[in-house]
Amino acid sequence: MTSLLRPAIVLFLILTAITGIAYPLLVTGVAQAVFPSEAGGSLIAKEGKAVGSSLIGQSFSDPRHFWGRPSATAPQPYNGLASGGSNLGPLNPALTDGIKTRVEALRAADPTNKSPVPVDLVTASASGLDPDISLAAAYYQVPRVARERSLPPDAVRSLIAAHARGKVLGILGEPRVNVLDLNLALDALK
Amino acid sequence: MTPGSLGLIAAFLVVVLVLVKPLGMYMAAVMEGRPIWPLRAGARLERLIYRLCGVDPGAPMGWKRYAIALLLFNALGALAVYAFQRMQSWLPLNPQQFANVSPDSSFNTAVSFVTNTNWQGYSGESTMSYLTQMVGLTVQNFLSAATGIVVAVALIRGFARHNAQSIGNFWVDITRTTLYILLPLSTVLAVVLAGQGVVQNFSAYKDVTTLEAVSFQQPKVDAAGGPLKDAAGNAVVESLTTQKQTLPMGPMASQEAIKELGTNGGGFLNANSAHPYENPTPLSNFLEMLALVLIPAALTYTFGQMVGDTRQGWAVLAAMAILFGALVTIAVHSEQLGNPRVAALGIDQTASGLQPGGNMEGKEARFGIGASALFATVTTGTSCGAVNSMHDSFTPLGGLVPLFNMQLGEVVFGGTGTGLYSMLIFAVIGVFIAGLMIGRTPEYLGKKIEAFEIKMSSIAILVMPFIVLLGTAIAVSVADGKAGVANPAAHGFSEILYAFTSAGNNNGSAFAGLSANTPFYNTILGLVMWLGRFWPIAAVLAIAGALAAKKRVPVTAGTMLTYGPTFIILLIGTVLLVGALTFVPALALGPVVEHLVMWGG
Repeated sequence: MTSLLRPAIVLFLILTAITGIAYPLLVTGVAQAVFPSEAGGSLIAKEGKAVGSSLIGQSFSDPRHFWGRPSATAPQPYNGLASGGSNLGPLNPALTDGIKTRVEALRAADPTNKSPVPVDLVTASASGLDPDISLAAAYYQVPRVARERSLPPDAVRSLIAAHARGKVLGILGEPRVNVLDLNLALDALK
Repeated sequence: MTPGSLGLIAAFLVVVLVLVKPLGMYMAAVMEGRPIWPLRAGARLERLIYRLCGVDPGAPMGWKRYAIALLLFNALGALAVYAFQRMQSWLPLNPQQFANVSPDSSFNTAVSFVTNTNWQGYSGESTMSYLTQMVGLTVQNFLSAATGIVVAVALIRGFARHNAQSIGNFWVDITRTTLYILLPLSTVLAVVLAGQGVVQNFSAYKDVTTLEAVSFQQPKVDAAGGPLKDAAGNAVVESLTTQKQTLPMGPMASQEAIKELGTNGGGFLNANSAHPYENPTPLSNFLEMLALVLIPAALTYTFGQMVGDTRQGWAVLAAMAILFGALVTIAVHSEQLGNPRVAALGIDQTASGLQPGGNMEGKEARFGIGASALFATVTTGTSCGAVNSMHDSFTPLGGLVPLFNMQLGEVVFGGTGTGLYSMLIFAVIGVFIAGLMIGRTPEYLGKKIEAFEIKMSSIAILVMPFIVLLGTAIAVSVADGKAGVANPAAHGFSEILYAFTSAGNNNGSAFAGLSANTPFYNTILGLVMWLGRFWPIAAVLAIAGALAAKKRVPVTAGTMLTYGPTFIILLIGTVLLVGALTFVPALALGPVVEHLVMWGG
C-alpha cells in the first residue's frame, strides 16, 4: 500500500500539470492566434461599443423588432449568468399556460394575423440564450414588423431571406435566422 | 421521422464506423506499448515520469494491486477537486470572485467528476473559478476517462493472456492513455471547437449593451441574503430595468473537448452543450456527438485486435449499433410527433422547410428535433451526460429512451472503457445462459467461465439496479427527497428515478427540474455515484485477474461461436432482459403512465 502512495501522488501531480495547466494554456494560445474573435466570444461591436454576441440571444419585446424565443432564465430573460431551460414536463399545466400567454401577446401585437403560431416562437429554448428562431417564426412576424416600421412586407421578407441559414449538406442544422443580426439589419435600414 | 433526421443519423453512424478501425488499431498499439511514432517521441518524457514516481514500468501487477493503485489514484483526485472548490476564493484565476463552494456541493462535485459522472448540482457560470474548472475539473475529465479505459484494457488482457499473474501496470496504463490517446484527440478537437465559436480565454466576464432594455421583477433580499418579507409575510418584489447582458468567458473549449471525448459530460456552463458558447453550430454539435462515441466504439476494435480475432470486436460493436438504432428511432419519432396539448392551442408543430416543428420546449432552434434527440440518445447510451436539450421537457417516450438507455447499464457504445467492459460482462452472462441451455461448460474467447467469474459478473451487473432502485425508494419516501421535485404527478417520479439512474450509471445527465443542489441529494447521489463506479470496477478487475490466470481451452467443433448473428442476438437479448426485468416496473410508474395520460385524455 505505502509503495503505491508515492507513485499515486507524484503521477497525479504530473498529470495535473499536463492536463490542467499545459493543455488549456496550449489550446488558449493556438485558439487566440488562429480564431481570436471566436475564442473571444464572437462579440459584435457597433460604433466601438459591444452590443452583443452573434451567438447569444437577447430579449426583444418592441413590436418594431423581431422577437426571439421565450427564455426561462431568472430573474430576467436572456440572463447570460443563468443559462438553462424551463424544465417543464410535457403535461405540466404551467407549460400550456405559458404558451397561451405568449400566443396572446403575439396576437395582441398583430390582431389581423390569423396563421398558426410556429412552435419554436412560444416554447422556451434549452439554454435560455438561443440566438435563433426558425424561418417560420421569422416569417410569421413579417406583417407586424412591416406595419410598425411602415415598410413593404416584401422588403422585410427579403431581409429575412438574406440572413437565413439552412441545412448544410441536407443534414446539419435547421432553417433558422439569427434574431440579433436580423434586428441590427432592420435598424440599419433607416 | 423527417428525411433530414434520418440522413443525420445515417451520416453519423457511417462516420463512426469508418473511424472505428483506425482509432481502434492505434489504441491497441498504445496499450501494448508497440514502438509506434508517438510512443517513441514521448519515450523520454515517459521515462522521466516513471523515474520521478519511482515506478518500474516493466513491473507486472496482479489484479488486487492494480485495483488498489486505481482506487488510491482516484481517491486522491477526489480530495484534490474537493480542496480546490473549498479554497477557490483564496486562489488565483477567479475574476468573478466566486465564493468557496459549500461542503456538500463540493463533495458531490468531487465524486461526480472522479467517477466520470459529471452530474452537476451547481451552475458553472456562477459558481466555479477558472482555476477550479481547469486544475480541478478538466484534470478529472482526463483521468476518470483514462481510468475507464485502463479497466477495459485490463479485462481484455485477462482474455488475451493465459497462465499469467499480471493484468498490466496501472501507472504505465494511465500515463499512456492520457498522453497518447486523450491529449492529442482533445487538443485537435478543442481548437476546432474554438474555431466554431466555443470561448477559450482567461478574460473576466464581458458586459454588453443590448439593443432593448429588459424590465423584470426580482425578490428583494435583506442584509443577510434571505428573502425580504412585508408585514403580511409576502415576499417583497422590486421592479428593475437593465440594458446590460453579462457574457461568461473562460477556458471552455479545452474542457469541452475532453468532456465529450472522455464521455464526462460536465459542462463549463449550466446549460451544458445547449449553451451557444459550448456548442455554437450544427457542425460543432456533430463533432461533439462524434467525440462522445468515438473512443467507446473504437475500443471494440482494440478488443478484437488484442484478443487476436477482430470478428469478436465487430460482434460486440454490432450489438451496440443495433440497440442504438432502435433507441434513437423511438426518441426522434416521439419528439417529432410533438405534444398534443400544445397542438390543441393552435400551435404549428409540423416539420417543413421553414421549421423543425415537433416538441421544441427545451430545445435549441439550430439543432431542432433530429440533432437534439440523437444527442440525447448518444449522451445516455455512452456514459457522457452532456445535454444539448433539456430531457425534462421531452415527451414521455422521448424521455424514456435516455432513461432506459442508462438503465441498460450504459452499453449502447457506453462510456470510455466502461461501455466495453460492461458489454463484455454481459457477454460472459450471455454465454453462461447459453451454456445452461445446451448443457455445456460455458467458454468465452478460449476461457472457461466458472463460478467465480459468474459471481463477480453478477455483482458487476446487479450493483447498479440495487443502488438506483434503493436510492429512488429512499428519496420518494422522505420529505427532503420529495421537496426537490419540480413537475407534478408521474413526471415528478420520473425526475427522481432519472437522477438516481444517472448517478448510479455515472452518466450525469438530468431531468434538470429536480432541485438536487441540497445537502440530501448532494450526499446520497454522491454515495450512489461512488458505489456505482468503483464496486463494479473492483469486480471487473477480479474477473480480469481470474481469467488471465486460466489456461486457454482449445477450440473444438462444440465451441459456441462468439461472433456472427446468433451471438449478437444472444448478447442483445441478455442486455435487454436484465435491463427490462429490473426496471420495467419503475418505468411503468413514470414515463409510461405519463404517455398514456398524454395521448389518452
